[in-house]
Amino acid sequence: MGIDCLVLGAGQEVGKSCAVVNINGKRIMFDCGMHMGDPKHPYPDFSRISKTGDFDGALTCIIITHFHLDHVAALPYFTEVCGFRGPIYMTHPTKALAPLMLKDNLKHMINGMGDKEKFTSDDIDSCMEKVIAVDLKQTIRVDEDLEIRAYYAGHVIGAAMFYARVGDASVLYTGDYNMTPDRHLGAAQIDRLPLDLVITESTYGTTIRDSRFAHESEFLKAVHTCVADGGKVLIPTFALGRAQEICILLEDYWERRNLKVPIYFSGGLTIQANMYSKMLISWTSQKVKEAYTNHNAFDFKHVRTFDRSLIHAPGPCVLFATPGWLNTGFSLEVFKQWATSEMNLVTLPGQCIAGTIGQKLMSGKPKKIDLDPETQIDVRCQIHKLAFSPHTDSKGIMDLMKFLSPKHVILVHGEKPKMVKLKGRIESELGIPCYHPANNETVSIPSTHYVRADASASFINTTLCPNFSFKNSASEDKCTSELQICDVRVSEGLLVMQNNNQKPNVIHQDDWSGKTDT
Amino acid sequence: MKLTCLSKGQGYYFPPCHIIEISGFRILVDCPLDLSALLIFAPIPVYSDRRLEYAFDCSCHVSVDTDCAVHKKQKVENSLDASSLIHGVPWYKTVSSLHLWDVSFIDVVLISSPMGMLGLPFLTRNKNFVAKVYATEATTRIGQLMMEDLISMQKEFRQFYGSEDSGCAKWKKWEELVKLPPSLQEIILGKDGTELGCWLSLYSAADVKDCIQKVHSLKYAEETCFGGVLIFKAFSSGLDIGTSNWEIKSPKKDIVFISSSVLDAAPAMSFNYHALQDHDLVLFSDFSSLDCMEDVEVETSHSAPINEIAEVAAIQPLIDSDESSEEEQKLGFICSYAVDSLKAGGSVLIPIGRIGVVLQLLEQISVSQEFLNLKVPVFFISSVAEELLSYTTIIPEWLCVQTQKKLFAGKPLFAHVDLMREKRLHLLSSICTTDLMKIWQEPCIVFAPHWSLRVGPAVHFLQRWHGNENALLVLERGLDADLALLPFKPMAMKVLQCSFLSGIRSSKVAPLMEKLQPKCVLLPENLKTFVGNSNTKSMSVIYYFESIMLRVPSLKRSAELKISADLVSRYQWISLKEEDINITRLKGELSVEHGKYRLLTGKESKGTCVDLERLSIALENMGFKITVEQEVSCRSGISFDIHVHEPSKGLIKVGPNITTISTSDKDLSSRIHKAVDTILCDI
Ligand SMILES: [Zn+2]
Repeated sequence: MGIDCLVLGAGQEVGKSCAVVNINGKRIMFDCGMHMGDPKHPYPDFSRISKTGDFDGALTCIIITHFHLDHVAALPYFTEVCGFRGPIYMTHPTKALAPLMLKDNLKHMINGMGDKEKFTSDDIDSCMEKVIAVDLKQTIRVDEDLEIRAYYAGHVIGAAMFYARVGDASVLYTGDYNMTPDRHLGAAQIDRLPLDLVITESTYGTTIRDSRFAHESEFLKAVHTCVADGGKVLIPTFALGRAQEICILLEDYWERRNLKVPIYFSGGLTIQANMYSKMLISWTSQKVKEAYTNHNAFDFKHVRTFDRSLIHAPGPCVLFATPGWLNTGFSLEVFKQWATSEMNLVTLPGQCIAGTIGQKLMSGKPKKIDLDPETQIDVRCQIHKLAFSPHTDSKGIMDLMKFLSPKHVILVHGEKPKMVKLKGRIESELGIPCYHPANNETVSIPSTHYVRADASASFINTTLCPNFSFKNSASEDKCTSELQICDVRVSEGLLVMQNNNQKPNVIHQDDWSGKTDT
Repeated sequence: MKLTCLSKGQGYYFPPCHIIEISGFRILVDCPLDLSALLIFAPIPVYSDRRLEYAFDCSCHVSVDTDCAVHKKQKVENSLDASSLIHGVPWYKTVSSLHLWDVSFIDVVLISSPMGMLGLPFLTRNKNFVAKVYATEATTRIGQLMMEDLISMQKEFRQFYGSEDSGCAKWKKWEELVKLPPSLQEIILGKDGTELGCWLSLYSAADVKDCIQKVHSLKYAEETCFGGVLIFKAFSSGLDIGTSNWEIKSPKKDIVFISSSVLDAAPAMSFNYHALQDHDLVLFSDFSSLDCMEDVEVETSHSAPINEIAEVAAIQPLIDSDESSEEEQKLGFICSYAVDSLKAGGSVLIPIGRIGVVLQLLEQISVSQEFLNLKVPVFFISSVAEELLSYTTIIPEWLCVQTQKKLFAGKPLFAHVDLMREKRLHLLSSICTTDLMKIWQEPCIVFAPHWSLRVGPAVHFLQRWHGNENALLVLERGLDADLALLPFKPMAMKVLQCSFLSGIRSSKVAPLMEKLQPKCVLLPENLKTFVGNSNTKSMSVIYYFESIMLRVPSLKRSAELKISADLVSRYQWISLKEEDINITRLKGELSVEHGKYRLLTGKESKGTCVDLERLSIALENMGFKITVEQEVSCRSGISFDIHVHEPSKGLIKVGPNITTISTSDKDLSSRIHKAVDTILCDI
């Protein structure tokens, strides 16, 4: 009995998140992502799950936390090419939105990838067919022994942390999460659970972020100054998540300042994504949710569809284009045209995957970017780094670990030096053993185990009533769950084991004396 | 465990009401209103007729003299006519035997459907009400909208009769009551004449708000724990959006409570029976098949009833496709009837209060080419129309698989989104809005509350169209149609009576129990003839009666105690060789958490160390006036008494192992409990 965690991806790095956790013999794969900056090894090394390729026998189920490509993009490959047929769980929004991301990604599939590693749009559809959609907080019984449950993670729409329990052993896999609410999403929310292991992301393991408000107004100022001077703003994003968040921010600002500068979304994809978001409003923040009857925050008034011919059109505008890391596709095409003018502005997310152009732009201020041996871009435009991020900062991680107080912590989804520091803090400040395995390493920990005994009514009755203390009972607003009894009368109980193979019994001492009398 | 069925209710709109006593807790399941009793009141008369005409700015076409084709059924009480109805602000009939229970003794309220919630504000506004209320999120939201709608409809009466009338209710006086026709008296007093006390004047908007705040809303299959020992979970029942069955787990018994359920539902999520399998006990509370039986007796004197589809007695697979296609046929039938009326120039009034049915009818309309060609508008008129319909567009998690597929395909969940965009469907908050005059057009289809035909905009449209033989009223079966239509006689308007599936058919009860495999089943006595002696070898069946408490025999399952492994390893065992028994004395800390008994490694004995000084400061901070009685130290610790004088009298006895709070004021005790709690938490 115990828990083994095999990290197949996102071990001491960001990209292709994938962890296979064995809890008392049940094996769960958490996330099945693709590495966007590593065309040589885009997928987790699935052969480590099963040498023979019998994945159905080797895995009980797959759980996907959210629709980001580094968490879901290897799933169609695993189900359609590798042939996994077991159950797959994700939240309703993730099931609805993941195919959009995946299909958008097909166009940008890394050139260096071998044919054997590719999958088609049909593969995505038949893969998603198999997915079982779950709601937050639902207790789902995967089989007789395995129970799973999703909690709100606040990272993107539909993002969830997943709890899994087998017998007395339990694990929480956080996926990506955010502990502070943003424009359109609430903060992560979870019950205090007894946990043997928490596997947490650590993207910002050493950063403490200051007010989001300051960063937002900095961003808005940069955008406003640019368009006021007649410049063009390029916002490379993925179709979902950040695009909607920034758009809500801009819509609000446009409204207040009465701006008429057009905001464009490239292609139908993001428009379609907005359509989905409208139905998924119950997954957004309290504020956005409450307002939906009068105004659905995803009904963008100023947003129009971008046409290719507008690239060279005169006048200011704001354009959202995919993909977010400027590695390929339409955002890169527009970037080539607009980067050459000082008037224009490009915003970039704080965290870009290694190997992408976005990452090159972030690291220092390059004048020239080599696209390929023949093409070179003169970068004259301004670059604004988006300081707000849908990931939790180190304070958030520490707060969550303290709140949950698990017996062990494993760090994934972060850079090694940051992990080392965070591990130090978790071990010294919280006294919880912490690990940061590299890819393809396994961490083994012991799991909680209880001996089960049948308790006689007289034992329960005498020890329970009415002498209980109120310890812990007000720790949560759910004042219901924790009644702890500290009572000397426990020792009036006797544990009896017969023949060593029957279930043991707990009886009250009076029961025993009665028994011996006869 | 004990069960008392307070009321078996009547159909979809008046669900049953039960009290379950288990593990020392009292659980009330559902708190409905009998809204069919509204029939004794007269709708607001002429005044509103005029108002309608003002609103529409057109003359009245209704020729009152037309002798309609409706042939009256011979009645025993010929004297009953529109004038016999009570002219006054309507009162509301609650479950009478619920009033026999002390509100403060109820620990938990489970709400299974929006209809089961409509009487809840009457309970929650009682200052002795301390129970925790659980309902699904969707039930809470839809229930809230229905209660708000009731209040807004009631407002019209208040304005008409003046607000002072509602307080005294002259009709409740005995000398007035005896003047009423016997059939009305029976509705008021009940069959045994005891129900006068359960009539209440409607709650206020503030009561509803307060009530909703007290509801702890849940997702389907979300676990919630009460008092450390009871665990509740709601599972979809398929009756309508958000409706639920309940799993109640206690350390000694796992129970499933089955409310009226629809096996293969749409658009609501279907009945989840997997989750109900393998429990100790099934409490079956679906009385709907009995309503169907009673229905057969109610002969409809109006035109074109929909044929009651015969019950199939043979045991079939649980979900047969016939059931859902039957429902579809009914909807199609209503739709084609509506189209016929519209073609003839008559309007269609649909006062159905079931969200699921309304959504399905809108769906049916939107795909009917015949209807779309007619270019007539559809109106949904209710104070909550907009909130209700927009709510349905954002709850994919609560809908059936087919509807969820629309989400995954990126299409709106319901056709009403498209109907509204194409300006075929208009949502209006009332008939008095200026918007109505701008867009009003007849013939048209109107969805409007209330199905009782006594309150709400439906009344105005009946008054307007009752003489038009081309107009159509879609009425649900189960309502006393003669009485319901009384104020609108003579009726030339066509009446289409239809019944929708409101529960499990009686023929399915036995096969369902076979599937669920409980050790024991509690069934309503009336179902005896249907379930009969089907082969229930492995499970025992107990029948229960309305208002008779049933003691459920113990199933003799002993509670399980989980002892942490490292604790067991430290025990010192004594072997009794001759009996091959190993025995040891228990040590550790017993915890009751989430319905489980656990014995954990005790860190160090903490005991209940309540500090006198800190407690008295905490109490004084909360505004209590207190005096402290002499501290006594003994071997095991310190004990002392605190007397509370203000705001009311109470005594706190603190001993080394036990703290007791004695007071007659419930509120005070819970506040003292809080104070004790806070200081214990700080330790
Ligand atoms: Zn992410």
